[in-house]
Amino acid sequence: MDDVVLLSRLQFAVAVLFHFIFVPLTLGLSVLLAWMETRYVTTGDEVYKRMAKFWGKLFLINFTLGVVTGITLEFQFGTNWSRYSTYVGDIFGSLLAIEATVAFFLESTFVAVWAFGWNRLGKKTHCFAIWMVAIASNCSALWIILANGWMQHPVGYVIRNGRAELQDFFAVLTNPYAWGQYAHTILSAWMLASFFVLGISAWHLARKSNGDFFRRCFRMAAPFALICALLTALTGHQQGMAVAKYQPVKLSAMEAQWETQKHVPVHLLQIPDRANKMNSLEALSVPGLMSWMAYGDVNAEIKGLKAFPETDWPPVNTTFWSFRVMVALGVIFILLAGVAFLQRNKEEIGPGIARALVWAIPLPYLGLAFGWTVAEVGRQPWIVHGLMRTTDAVSPVPAGNVVLSLIAFIVVYSLLGLIDIYLLRKYACQGPGR
Amino acid sequence: METYQILQIAWFCLWGLLWAVYFLLDGFDFGLGTLLPFLGKTEEEKRVIYNAAGPYWDGNEVWLISAGGVTFAAFPKAYAVMFSALYAPLLILLFTLIFRAVSYEFRSKETLPGWTQLWDTVQFLGNFLPALLFGVAFANLFRGIPIDQYGIYHGSLIELLNPYGLAGGVFFVLIFALHGALWLSLKSEGGLHTKAVAAAIGLWPIVLIVTLAFLGLTAYYTNLYANYLKYPLLGVAPLLAVVGLLGVRCCLTSGKLLLAWASSGLFIIGVTFFGVLGMFPGMIISSMNPAWTVTAFNGSSSQLTLTIMLGVALVFVPIVICYQFWMYRTFAGPVTHEHLKDEHSY
Repeated sequence: MDDVVLLSRLQFAVAVLFHFIFVPLTLGLSVLLAWMETRYVTTGDEVYKRMAKFWGKLFLINFTLGVVTGITLEFQFGTNWSRYSTYVGDIFGSLLAIEATVAFFLESTFVAVWAFGWNRLGKKTHCFAIWMVAIASNCSALWIILANGWMQHPVGYVIRNGRAELQDFFAVLTNPYAWGQYAHTILSAWMLASFFVLGISAWHLARKSNGDFFRRCFRMAAPFALICALLTALTGHQQGMAVAKYQPVKLSAMEAQWETQKHVPVHLLQIPDRANKMNSLEALSVPGLMSWMAYGDVNAEIKGLKAFPETDWPPVNTTFWSFRVMVALGVIFILLAGVAFLQRNKEEIGPGIARALVWAIPLPYLGLAFGWTVAEVGRQPWIVHGLMRTTDAVSPVPAGNVVLSLIAFIVVYSLLGLIDIYLLRKYACQGPGR
Repeated sequence: METYQILQIAWFCLWGLLWAVYFLLDGFDFGLGTLLPFLGKTEEEKRVIYNAAGPYWDGNEVWLISAGGVTFAAFPKAYAVMFSALYAPLLILLFTLIFRAVSYEFRSKETLPGWTQLWDTVQFLGNFLPALLFGVAFANLFRGIPIDQYGIYHGSLIELLNPYGLAGGVFFVLIFALHGALWLSLKSEGGLHTKAVAAAIGLWPIVLIVTLAFLGLTAYYTNLYANYLKYPLLGVAPLLAVVGLLGVRCCLTSGKLLLAWASSGLFIIGVTFFGVLGMFPGMIISSMNPAWTVTAFNGSSSQLTLTIMLGVALVFVPIVICYQFWMYRTFAGPVTHEHLKDEHSY
């Protein structure tokens, strides 16, 4: 059984991390596309139309893999987590079903209308279609995160008939943990998309190809990137406070805080030692900062890991390091976006900055993956925090089946991912048509 | 009857309806892909076939996601047992659908030697195999699968490929091929249009024979007819199927192709409901012991969830149908030479 749990977790991790390579670009780029096309409709300037077409092509190549890898996740709950599905389907399943009915239909229908409708629809109707895609994909994310937020902080349920049944739908919809998580996720996705636009624009600007076109793209994306990077950090801080309130053991693991203390510092350099339940290095400390970040009070007490039974600890090293790397990347994003913002009106951006922005394209992807790792690994050993353990959630299927499907996922996903990146790169480098 | 039971029955019917609409819509995509190697000889013909599914396939596939989501929401136990018991076939189905989707998107994006041939093969398999697998899966659901009282599956992948399961697979492939040929006749011009109509005319008698054979096998292998003997009114479903299938032939003769396609759609809806209503109240029938069957009554969500979900469905499904209908109208008419020149077409 332990093998099946581990293999199923690995498989879910592969499926969800791969899915989330494509989703954030869809969330953010759809908004940027809608903005570009709105500018086209309001100003009549053809450059905005070329922008929408150029970035739209990349959007569509990315979109398809987002869709198909999303279906995988809907299958996963049933194939690999059937005990979980039976236990919480009353609440969790309905959120997924509402997502499909309310948002995903809208998104999929209008993305096709938009892609195939350039010559068939009026300007305004066509622009309306991309707004529908942007709104629907961002709504779709809301329902998914309400579902995930419920796993992080379950609300509005009652245990009846041997399962968790819905008692208060409104409480599920207004789950404060989920809304904080949603804001953080959406803003980071929009940031990712603006770094995508900045990076590709910088690549062309450094080569002086389509200078005017890409300078305008750069000018649109730079302020967006900076605002989103700042708000991602702010909402991240808010979410940290929610974690402190609702999942204190996750917070302790994120900070590798072993002992219960007041006036807890942040150590800029810190290396946890899981085996000895202590930190082997603590240096460059800022006194009281962690207490302040978690509770808004420099003297607040933070419970250490040792205050909780060890069976309830998440994997400390993974949670700690993922959190550290995510935060470090977040700082880099603010700095880079700030530099891009200052450069946005210059005739030529510096070659070093251009190169840095090109190399920065994959970084938000990493940042988001580490963020999700904190959220999901940090929730362990629970699948639903405090309610159901991951080990009780797995399907009664033979380990051999899961091994085969895991290998199949890795092979197929790697293959498709490589082709997709190849095509994205090809069309990104090709530049806009006439 | 209690409110709870009425809700459970309503959701069972809605569950069947979502599958029926899914097969009605994605069915023609399956048919187009299956017919691709037989009807698409030139590059232009192939591209017309791709673009005949072009703006539709993605929106069509969402009906599957919705059907899956609704199974999860309204019948969590049925969802859990179905997906874990049919682990291997459902993941194979998933992979075929993944490959199908990327074959639409990738084919026209590169000109390397062998590239389009590769994705044409993937497009064929990505439509033929899901059609076959859905047929095998549903035939096995009609028949019952070996699950115990905990919903644990006691069979193997090979056992699903029993004669009745395979008959279901062949049946689905053929009805979707007919449905796809009719759709292509609406979406093409000239030589390809002629070939599509000829394919529909040629497929019709085969579909008729296989339908009769499948109905016969159903009597032998399953209990589906018990419900029809008990509640003859349910016979409306198979009657619709018969009307649809005969309608296809009549409309083909009189050259009313849109009506022929609609009749084929009616046939598909009738066939789906014939199976689903025959299973009622069973959703995952246990072939080991009838008491272990997951039904609409023992596998459903709570009354509150069913009520909320019904509200959501009654408001949003009609809205979805409206804008999808608008989308179908917007892109109505054959795929022309002019459309293929559009840089966003497949």
